[in-house]
Amino acid sequence: MGRGMGIRTWALRKSLWVFHLSTGSCNNCDIEIIDCLTPRYDVERFGITLVGSIRHADVLLVTGSVNRRVAPKIRMLYEMAPRPCIVVACGTCACGQHMFKGSYHTSEPLDAHVPVAVYIPGCPPKPEAFISGIVQAAGQMGSLRTRV
Amino acid sequence: MTTLFIFLVFPGFLFTAFAGMMASWLERKITARLQWRVGPPWYQSFADTVKLLSKETLIPRGAVETVFLAAPLIGFSGVILSSSILGAVNLDPQRGFVGDLIVLLYLLMLPSLSLLIGGAASRNTLAALGVSREMKLMIAYELPFVLAVLTPVVRSGGIITLGGLVIFQQAHGGFLWSPSGALAFIVALLAVHAKLGWAPFDIAEAETEINSGPLIEYSGSLLAVFRLTRMMLLIVAPLFIITIFAGAGFRGWGMAWSVLQYLIVMVALILVKNTNPRVRIDQALRFFWRPVLVLAAAAMALACIGY
Repeated sequence: MGRGMGIRTWALRKSLWVFHLSTGSCNNCDIEIIDCLTPRYDVERFGITLVGSIRHADVLLVTGSVNRRVAPKIRMLYEMAPRPCIVVACGTCACGQHMFKGSYHTSEPLDAHVPVAVYIPGCPPKPEAFISGIVQAAGQMGSLRTRV
Repeated sequence: MTTLFIFLVFPGFLFTAFAGMMASWLERKITARLQWRVGPPWYQSFADTVKLLSKETLIPRGAVETVFLAAPLIGFSGVILSSSILGAVNLDPQRGFVGDLIVLLYLLMLPSLSLLIGGAASRNTLAALGVSREMKLMIAYELPFVLAVLTPVVRSGGIITLGGLVIFQQAHGGFLWSPSGALAFIVALLAVHAKLGWAPFDIAEAETEINSGPLIEYSGSLLAVFRLTRMMLLIVAPLFIITIFAGAGFRGWGMAWSVLQYLIVMVALILVKNTNPRVRIDQALRFFWRPVLVLAAAAMALACIGY
């Protein structure tokens, strides 16, 4: 436990539960996320697990280039999550819509809908990049208290 | 004062909560090792619990508020009471009261019941689905479980107190080593496995199909209470069947022997959990009402004729 860090912050950083949301991704990022749970990377070492319900989540992990159908639902899901909850954009699509920018079926980029805390670029990002992003997210955990 | 200490500190709430967190870590660690992973550090369950307690607790729109808030506490109180009674009796077999065995049977039902009530109050379709599955699962395993638990009572000639059963076994050897006891023990193990909601009987929570079922709308401290209940049940439920089938008590070497038995039972359950895929609810019902019930009835019949 670092200096000046309360037990609540410590617990938040040591137990990140991730809700995985695909907003029209090509499934590539999603497979890389599953890679992180396999024996080679095993993110459960750091207390990170995937959860099935947004009500249990600390991290909303978004993949894909936000299409028009899913855009309102991202906002809804973000509002359904208990605070503190941070949004991580995974993959170049989620970061900045990649080659789907200005396409007929895409809406605004992800950070126009919800505040994004961490961007993990890559097409797809390597599992190492994903872990590094989640570690950054954990670092921000203590400072995010209020409902954004 | 002593009673309060028993309920709140040892062997009740605080001790069982601590032990339960360690048991939950053991389960996750062994699961990870079986999958060639490293697994979480030993303090993982503490971090999870503290984090959930510090998070926001949301009540979904349209939920029955009072019931939604009260449901976790029902199961929690049930598991605290049962751990206190069980621990006190193991420490001193002279304690306890006539019929505490039956009381424990009911108390151990409360965690599942609280899941039913909470899920039903949360106004979510998937939670309702999980509730209906949990209810069917309870109907499936409770009957063989009760038969299996009553087998030692019949075998011992009608001793209906936990303490009495422990004293009887210290004098005559565990029921586990008699034919009827062995059969009933297997049945009780299977029922406890379903009670803990582990694969292949994790039908009610089925993360991958109904997103943790009855718990789907629970967040923050309410979820923490549910999870703590489940962790404490990891201690109480195996300890209950160990007490009535191999009761060594907690005195002297009995303590070490009980802990060893507990670890053996836990590891066996964890191995079953990790090597079996989830069954459907109708398969679970058929399994508990046909082969398992026949086994339980056979154990009861053997106990009646004195084997």
